[in-house]
Amino acid sequence: MVEKRKLICVSCPVGCELEVTLDGNEIVEVEGNTCKLGIDYAEQELFDPRRMVASTVKVKNGYHPLVPVYTEKPVPKPKIFDVLAELRKVEIEAPVSVNDVVIENVLDTGINVIASRDMPKV
Amino acid sequence: MIKKKIYDVVIIGSGPGGLAAAVAAKKEGAEDVLVIERDTELGGILLQCIHNGFGLEIFNEDLPGPSYAQRYIDEAHELGVESMLDTIVLEVTPGRKLFASSTKHGFVEIDARAIVLAMGCRERTRAMIQIPGMRPAGVYTAGTAQRFTNIEGKMPGERVVILGSGDIGLIMARRLTFEGAKVERVLEILPYLSGLTRNYVQCLQDFDIPLQFEHTVKFIHGKDRVEAVEIAQVDKNWNYVKGSEETIPCDTLLLSVGLIPENELSRQAGVRIDPITGGPYVDESRETNVPGIFAAGNVVHVYDLADWVTLAGYDAGKSAAKFAMALKAKESAHIPVKAGNNVHHVVPHTINKQNLTNDEIELQLRVVRPIEERVMIEVHDGENRIARKAARYARPGEMLTLVLKERHFADVEKADSLTVDVNPR
Amino acid sequence: MQEKYDYIVIGAGVVGCIIARTLSRYEGKVLLIDKEADICMGTTAANTAIVHAGYDPLPNTLKARMNVEGNPLWDTLAGELNFPFERRGDFVVAVGEDELPALETLMGYAKKNGVPGCQILSGPEVRRREKNITPDVSGALWASTGGICDPFAVTVAAAENAVMNGVVLKLNTEFQDFIMEGDRIIGIKTNQGDFISRWVINSAGLFSDFVMHQAGVRPEFKISPRKGEYFVFDRADVQIDNVLFPVPSDKGKGVLVTTTLHGNTILGPNANIIDDKEDTSTTEAGMNEIWAEANKLVPSLTKKYVIATFAGLRPMGNGPCKTPGVDYNQDYIIEIPEEVKGFVNLGGIESPGLTSAPAIAQEVVDLLKDAGEEFKVKKDYEPIRPARPRFREMSQKDRKLLVDMDPRYGRVICRCENVTEGEIIAEIHAPIPAITYDAIKRRTWLGTGRCQGGFDTPRVVDILARELGVSPLEITKRGKGSEFLTRPTKKVEK
Repeated sequence: MVEKRKLICVSCPVGCELEVTLDGNEIVEVEGNTCKLGIDYAEQELFDPRRMVASTVKVKNGYHPLVPVYTEKPVPKPKIFDVLAELRKVEIEAPVSVNDVVIENVLDTGINVIASRDMPKV
Repeated sequence: MIKKKIYDVVIIGSGPGGLAAAVAAKKEGAEDVLVIERDTELGGILLQCIHNGFGLEIFNEDLPGPSYAQRYIDEAHELGVESMLDTIVLEVTPGRKLFASSTKHGFVEIDARAIVLAMGCRERTRAMIQIPGMRPAGVYTAGTAQRFTNIEGKMPGERVVILGSGDIGLIMARRLTFEGAKVERVLEILPYLSGLTRNYVQCLQDFDIPLQFEHTVKFIHGKDRVEAVEIAQVDKNWNYVKGSEETIPCDTLLLSVGLIPENELSRQAGVRIDPITGGPYVDESRETNVPGIFAAGNVVHVYDLADWVTLAGYDAGKSAAKFAMALKAKESAHIPVKAGNNVHHVVPHTINKQNLTNDEIELQLRVVRPIEERVMIEVHDGENRIARKAARYARPGEMLTLVLKERHFADVEKADSLTVDVNPR
Repeated sequence: MQEKYDYIVIGAGVVGCIIARTLSRYEGKVLLIDKEADICMGTTAANTAIVHAGYDPLPNTLKARMNVEGNPLWDTLAGELNFPFERRGDFVVAVGEDELPALETLMGYAKKNGVPGCQILSGPEVRRREKNITPDVSGALWASTGGICDPFAVTVAAAENAVMNGVVLKLNTEFQDFIMEGDRIIGIKTNQGDFISRWVINSAGLFSDFVMHQAGVRPEFKISPRKGEYFVFDRADVQIDNVLFPVPSDKGKGVLVTTTLHGNTILGPNANIIDDKEDTSTTEAGMNEIWAEANKLVPSLTKKYVIATFAGLRPMGNGPCKTPGVDYNQDYIIEIPEEVKGFVNLGGIESPGLTSAPAIAQEVVDLLKDAGEEFKVKKDYEPIRPARPRFREMSQKDRKLLVDMDPRYGRVICRCENVTEGEIIAEIHAPIPAITYDAIKRRTWLGTGRCQGGFDTPRVVDILARELGVSPLEITKRGKGSEFLTRPTKKVEK
């Protein structure tokens, strides 16, 4: 069965509107993209949608009460809120350096959550 | 404490534009570069923009705002850029003097050979769009709410309506949802999105947050804290469509209704502002109409991407460094000629090293007190005598002269300054 | 143990505060109460900030006398209390020939009321003095004794001086009823307990009808809130630098185009009678009305530079009046009623209530004297209330001296209005502590500029929490229920 699906590519700020032709579980054609990223995105979005998750975790003795963190790679979309729940449980100790791993292999996704800035100790 | 009174390049603001300008100015050869930042850390608004989406243009990476800022902060430190934090610039004069103040550094006056304006922009407020109603707590610009949530670690509200589909509004819809708040609705008065489409997809669509175009807030309810907002549809002329009113209970209204370049300092400095953009008129080197004052980033016009602000900052920093170095070269080419013992004044005030060729240079001077005996007019560099000439007497009413000739020029060229004395023989 | 006082003043608006300050000159214990979290939260908080010359009230009314007696008291008041006050004079502008006779009427009032320094100017002369005025101007009444002030600054200064001189101020204290002994009032009941007093003075503004009814006085008298809405313009774009009234109508003095001491042009107010005494909302209809009216006087106004809108309520009275043929909406009640003892009753003190306040306070003292009270000036009475530094009004040179002396004045918290941490801390620890955001805003003018608090709010919340030793979650905009923040970001109820 052939069907058409509309997507908006979020790989970059251009935000191309894609029209994907699907035959069962097979992508037949991607239209509307202006670069190769659009094709990869369509594939990913239709069969394993993922998103970068950026949030914060509590930090003890830090210059601020929170340190911003993010997933090194996009995580499966259905797991976003589970990842956020994990982040709420964490409290790390200052000082923190940018790219320090805050949670290793979060929820067995194979993806680390890392700090997105230095957080000096006070 | 700041060490110097004079800097080659002073940059006001340390967001993406300011940091890039500082880095570029250093790389271009400016020696003393100072960034003045009103917050307690470098990075500007990037520090509260903890979401991804930065660096795609420049690094080909998808970074959060703080990571993006960190790269430039680190680079600036490595290059020896100085900074004054938690410091507000109160005034910039057309002669490139800055008045700034802070608790740590006190009230300071700084002279800059070149200035880069990188103050960014501010958010439009409730009053500017004149939303009727009460004035309770719980009405915030999206950026203020972002600072509370991400930096201060406190939530600005639990049930939220967002007016405006600008990027910060969309980002905050997702951010507050992530932290357990309920975003009831996003409203946009225009028939199209104000922010980036990708932000609509990943901030609203992903989390089923409803967005209504051609809708606005008609009235804010609540005496102490927001209790509800009345919303309505608008027609093409932005008049409310009768019967479309709906009251949404909520405790918070966030506004993401546009940004305005922040140019109060620029105006004081005599910088001409384009009424269309709200930012300074600049040439291709990012110089404003005031010589030596440059501007880059959202202070000039509002960008959609921080990467582009960075690129503009590079241009401005580079141009500012060139200007400062040229000025410095000109300054050091000029040797001051000072009035010494019993000398009232000397003309010329300076000698340009580049003109020390064949022509003689006549120094003209007057004395302070009369000396009714033979006198010696002497030119020295502080230690060694360079030239001298005798005269029968010296009287304030009669100008004296001394001519520097080619044979003196080698000594003049080596001097930091010349002093002329008139003493009895 | 019930606290005992000689005088209790109900309501800490400008009238109540100046009465309290006037009473503090004499021996006797004074209690000043207000139901809100700060002083100056009612009518005084939102008005046109004008000290009126006195040509407007109907001749022979108490209102006219209070206005004309009050106006000249302002120079001394401003001098002693160190608040800014400028006699700029004001214009009542006639547009078109039809409005010219109204100027003659006002000139007649001015003469009858005894207002000095008024004259009628020709249209061209008015244009010469204010170039932005409509070309259709046909003339104006010029009153040289008109002035402008900052009502918060006035009220805070008066209340602070009262407190310095021994007045007890209790906020969040709401009057509920009187305690009677026969036909004599001997105290009041409040939500914070009972207080005993020989005299109670009703300066409750919008709620003065409730207070007098509890005393059994003038049951027919009713306060109708009369809403006035305003536009405020950015200081950087001065539209006008004069005080311009239209000719008055049956709705009052009309929509002004005027300037504040801070240099902002403001438009307003309109005058619409409403029911709810707490409804200080701005309305779309109201804003449109003001805009249209203001444009009749100054056609060059542009909305691009509007930085704030607000609304205030005036307490309009409605009862019959002792002056024949004059309704209370044209006059004030200032009396010691015969029905009860120990009660000084004020009502309907709307515009020019600010101007009249010092005269009203004197009138209250005179009435009390007539009732047999003796007033002995305190030996240690201190009429001077020192001003605190205002960074934004200082030259760069003076700023340097101030910052050298106390570096906290070097940290600017409100970037639009240049308000410093030193000023905020000084207000938090002042004789009347400013413990809400709005309290600090009114005293320092922070957050009133073009960014409307966007930059300073998180910083002020921080400073308040630190100085008061509480969590930022407890910091409010204007008292309990108006907290800015709801919980720590990471504390999500599941």
